[in-house]
Amino acid sequence: MNSGRIKGDMPENSMTQQEIVDRYFQEHRAKVLDIAAFLDRVDRCHEDRSDFRIEALMRCIEELQSDKENRTERILLLLSDQTSDPIEHAGEKGASGAVPPRGEPS
Amino acid sequence: MAYIDPHIHMVSRTTDDYQRMAQAGCVAITEPAFWAGFDRSSAQGFFDYFRQLTDTEPKRARTYGINHHCWLCINPKEAEDVGFAREVISIIPDFLDNPNVLGIGEIGLNKNSKNELLILEEQLTLAERTNQLVLVHTPHLEDKLKGTTLIMDAIDNTSLDPSRVLIDHVEEHTVRAVLDRGFWAGMTLYPNSKCTPQRAADIIEMHGTERLWINSAGDWGPSDPLAVPKCRLELASRGHSQELINTISFDNPLSFLSKSGKFSVE
Repeated sequence: MNSGRIKGDMPENSMTQQEIVDRYFQEHRAKVLDIAAFLDRVDRCHEDRSDFRIEALMRCIEELQSDKENRTERILLLLSDQTSDPIEHAGEKGASGAVPPRGEPS
Repeated sequence: MAYIDPHIHMVSRTTDDYQRMAQAGCVAITEPAFWAGFDRSSAQGFFDYFRQLTDTEPKRARTYGINHHCWLCINPKEAEDVGFAREVISIIPDFLDNPNVLGIGEIGLNKNSKNELLILEEQLTLAERTNQLVLVHTPHLEDKLKGTTLIMDAIDNTSLDPSRVLIDHVEEHTVRAVLDRGFWAGMTLYPNSKCTPQRAADIIEMHGTERLWINSAGDWGPSDPLAVPKCRLELASRGHSQELINTISFDNPLSFLSKSGKFSVE
């Protein structure tokens, strides 16, 4: 079914680009520093073990550098199970935030 | 200005939260049955939980001028044991005529397993048979995309009218499909695992307000019972009209929930 939504029908954010950057930049500067500090924290363990969640995070960071719109949706898709059939048993209740390698519980 | 929080788990919140919500303009809430953070040891545990939702919480909310409604079900996190889940489903009809029960929810999937799907289908059948509204929980994080599709396909295999089903916890990668298939969609405002107020405002700017609402889903985990007024503030600060803000946080929930014939803000 086609919703028929077109950009002109959508509620418009009246802020200018300058106003958006002025308002949100520092909040997101802090978030980038949080990611850097998290990766540094992992590195200081000197264990050199790969983790599917860190690998997924690095792919997301690559996607951030795209100049195309809808980065959020594409990053969510990168972090999503893309299979379509139900699994046999639920096992753990929790989610890990990234798709575990096949055979590993999340 | 008045607002409705159409998804919040007040059994996990303090009375102070009711007071703060009332002070922020909350006039009505709906509380879906959910996982309490541990598995109940018997169906009797659910019987007591349903009594809490239909009797105790409405009284607690009323003290602060908030009208309380609820949804009943066995949640997907406790649906893996099919025999146990069926025992719980069998006691739900005894509560459905209660004046504050709006329908079946929050049913759905958690890890997208075969047993979760079976119990979802059986609760959809209960909703069909008893002509109830349905509130749907979609899975967390990496399981959401697949689970949302499985859930919508399961509903499409019933006679349920999509306009009487709200699919909750949508994000940027699921909202379009949910709306395009004729369902209502809920955005849950969580600090970490779902939408922030800023992202919810972005989604409104990209997809409009038709058949869309916002909720806090405040519970026992990291969550914020004042997330709805914070999102209203975010929208206002971007220059959106009071009419749009009321549509997303009052008129739309009122419109969907009134289909139950039981919902009231007074």
